[in-house]
Amino acid sequence: MSPKTQTVRHDDANEPNEKIVLRVTDLKVVTNAGDEILHGVDFALSRGEILGLVGESGSGKTTAGLACMGHFREGLKFGSGSVSIWPRGDATAVEVLDLSEVAVRDLRGSRIAYIPQDPALSLNPAMRVGEQIREVLDIHGFGSSDRERTDRVAEVLVDVGLPGDKTYQKRWPHQLSGGQQQRIGIAMAFAMYPDVLILDEPTTGLDVSTQSVVLDTIRQMTVANNVAGLYITHDLAVIKDISDRVAVMLRGDLVEEGPVSAVLDHPQHEYTQMLMSAVPDLDGRKTIGDGAAEANKPSEDDDQTHILVSTGEKPSPGGTDSDGSESGGGAASATAPLLEVKDIALAYGKAQILNGINLTLEPGECTMLLGESGSGKTTLSQCVAGLNDDYTGSVKLRGTELERSTRKRSNEQRVGIQYVFQSPFSSLNPRRSIGQSLTVPLEMSGEGTAASRKAVVEEALDSVRLGRSFYHRRPGDLSGGERQRAAIARALVNAPSVMVCDEITSALDVSVQASIVALLRTLREERQLAMLFVTHNIALSRHIADNLAVLNKGKIVDYGPTAQVLENPTHEYTRALIADVPKF
Amino acid sequence: MFGKVIGKRLLFSAFILIAVSLLVFGATLLLPGDAARAILGQQATPERIAALNEQLGLNDPAWLRYFHWLGGLFVGDFGTSSATGGSVSALLGDRVWASFVLMGLAAIVSVPLGIGLGVYQALHRGGRRDQAMTGASLVFAAMPEFVIGIGLIAIFATSVFQILPAVTLAPPGEPVWNRPEQLILPTLTLILVVTPYIVRMMRATMIEVLDSGFVEMARLKGVPEKRVILRHAVPHALGPVAQVVAIQLAWLAGGVVVVEFLFRYPGLGQALIDGVTYRDVQVVQAISMLVAAVYVVVNLAADVVGILTNPKLRSAA
Repeated sequence: MSPKTQTVRHDDANEPNEKIVLRVTDLKVVTNAGDEILHGVDFALSRGEILGLVGESGSGKTTAGLACMGHFREGLKFGSGSVSIWPRGDATAVEVLDLSEVAVRDLRGSRIAYIPQDPALSLNPAMRVGEQIREVLDIHGFGSSDRERTDRVAEVLVDVGLPGDKTYQKRWPHQLSGGQQQRIGIAMAFAMYPDVLILDEPTTGLDVSTQSVVLDTIRQMTVANNVAGLYITHDLAVIKDISDRVAVMLRGDLVEEGPVSAVLDHPQHEYTQMLMSAVPDLDGRKTIGDGAAEANKPSEDDDQTHILVSTGEKPSPGGTDSDGSESGGGAASATAPLLEVKDIALAYGKAQILNGINLTLEPGECTMLLGESGSGKTTLSQCVAGLNDDYTGSVKLRGTELERSTRKRSNEQRVGIQYVFQSPFSSLNPRRSIGQSLTVPLEMSGEGTAASRKAVVEEALDSVRLGRSFYHRRPGDLSGGERQRAAIARALVNAPSVMVCDEITSALDVSVQASIVALLRTLREERQLAMLFVTHNIALSRHIADNLAVLNKGKIVDYGPTAQVLENPTHEYTRALIADVPKF
Repeated sequence: MFGKVIGKRLLFSAFILIAVSLLVFGATLLLPGDAARAILGQQATPERIAALNEQLGLNDPAWLRYFHWLGGLFVGDFGTSSATGGSVSALLGDRVWASFVLMGLAAIVSVPLGIGLGVYQALHRGGRRDQAMTGASLVFAAMPEFVIGIGLIAIFATSVFQILPAVTLAPPGEPVWNRPEQLILPTLTLILVVTPYIVRMMRATMIEVLDSGFVEMARLKGVPEKRVILRHAVPHALGPVAQVVAIQLAWLAGGVVVVEFLFRYPGLGQALIDGVTYRDVQVVQAISMLVAAVYVVVNLAADVVGILTNPKLRSAA
């Protein structure tokens, strides 16, 4: 038996009391191979309260949540411990993990409901949405007649803020937006008036404004139905918004637990403190990434590279500033801005995706392109990089107009603008070593010998703080953050002057995000790199960007220095965005 | 909406058939040999050959003959067999039915069997039975149909047991299905050839679907396992599998030739082999067109299944 980590508890709300609906005691989950994933987790859910369960990917929070429903994913199985539930205010508890398959099935969906992470994947695409809600009622025998069940479907749809009429119920999931799909998921969970709700990152894939609507719905439904909720997330800002209590998980252990204000304002465990320091805040009062940089294995010169916000002291360049001449030369020759985007417009049929976009970028400058999904931000960055050649208008690099398509651009121009993709999991070829993947851009630009290319690649790996040892490793062995560093290194090998970063931190945990943001800050200073940072996360703006451009429905509605836009937003869309950010 | 999509596909299929007819007709033009000489034999006088050419319309320009032939196809007239002198339709009529019976039986058994076994394997993936079935399906998929056929004959008709007829002995004029026992071995051969591919494809797509979010969600909703599989999982796996089934059924139309020859089964395959042997161009053309039509129809059916199981295609198209 492995030694159990002591959980820091801020109060005694976990001691047995009559409000508790579900109680997890010393829960251990193991893989089929016998490795322990959860090392004995204790927590309790009380009626009308939401417990936030935070932790990074791989910490076992979803495993713990699903274990409450007696469900273990492929490859995992129950170790020891117990999950007790007091359904419908009964005085006697039911041991979920001791029940037969049929009895567990009766509990699921009726007494313990689950709201999944990605509504687009969790709704059956071949079933009408009304039918999917109705299915829960049919299976668990809600009410006494068909009529009652039909009415309940309409009623619960209205409860979550959707129209309950027949035509809406007849829609297919793909005909709804992400927020609407998630509300169908919520309606499905609440249909049977459950006692316990397990919410597995239900807003992760959603925009800030959609997220705040969904969070409101969840909050209000929880209170109205007096349900005990377990809210699993890696986003501490959301926890602050929605939960009453919070539990922090680290590698299968619960390290800290207590009321939200106590835990987040006075974190006791060092891991919680580290997490808190990694969360980007809209006011930019703290520097994210300092703590996390140490958590990652540092390369030799990492100690000297102290990371500061924006233009403070320039850090010692270490040995990595190989391309100073290149970027310096670029800056000297440019009286015109480094990158100038003028009147870019793009339409697919009647749908106007981009509408008269103007942007400029100077060396060493970072412009954040902020927008919700569907605002055209990725399309715009693809136009700039030449991956999308259907646009009208012009993109100028150092005063020279670029051809629309990368194929027609000159080698030098292609090298000048590099692109980093959103998901580090799909942007690196899994069958190639990191070194091989990073050599490709050098081969394409046709410079140097094999030996000199290897040297450049190793230098790039050093400068993203991965180190040369990663040269021969494959993406499969790397964590998400390491992969994204490798992808950034791939963009760096050709010493570009502009780097387009398309949502590069949105697939990563907060602490990893913080370290990537810190890395980008250093690179800008070391290499005078100009950056177009595309994101939907407004909270990052002060941490990374000098300028902020807010994109809404293909138009830039607010554009200017970051502080100015955040303090005096001129467009009401920007104001709404700022208001929707979960406050810290 | 749905009708429009199907209409488009139908129109497209018609174009494909016309293109195939051009190719088939063109290919027969390039064949060496002379139909009239083939019919009359080596001793025929030039006058008789010229007269027969005139009678068969072989002196007309190629394009005219093509349209004449194509026009005939639309009214079910496949021309005159140069080997027997009778109409091709009459010659092939019974054989077409005999072949369709064989193919239909194979399809009716192998499609549900393949889907069922695939689902079973996906549900028990990694287990010993799954591994055994994967191995077996690979072995059968790797064996050519005549090897399987000969193996079955050896086991059931000659060396080991002698319980089933090795060849088909149907007097002319009597439909083959009057003696069902002689259908068993040819059908079984086709089933063994076709099923493994369907099983493997079904297993792969089913595993993917079982891992998907909505199947997990259905389980977490408390949906009974049987309903999870039948209502939530299988319909999604069917779309891609329908394409493989279509390819397999279409293969049956051509693959049946070897199997029919092996069992001396009086079907299209036999007719095709005879047609080629006796340079009976009209028969070869007719059979080629029939096989092409089977391909087109079966693929169209697969598309329909794909559209039916995916509401996105249904409402977006």
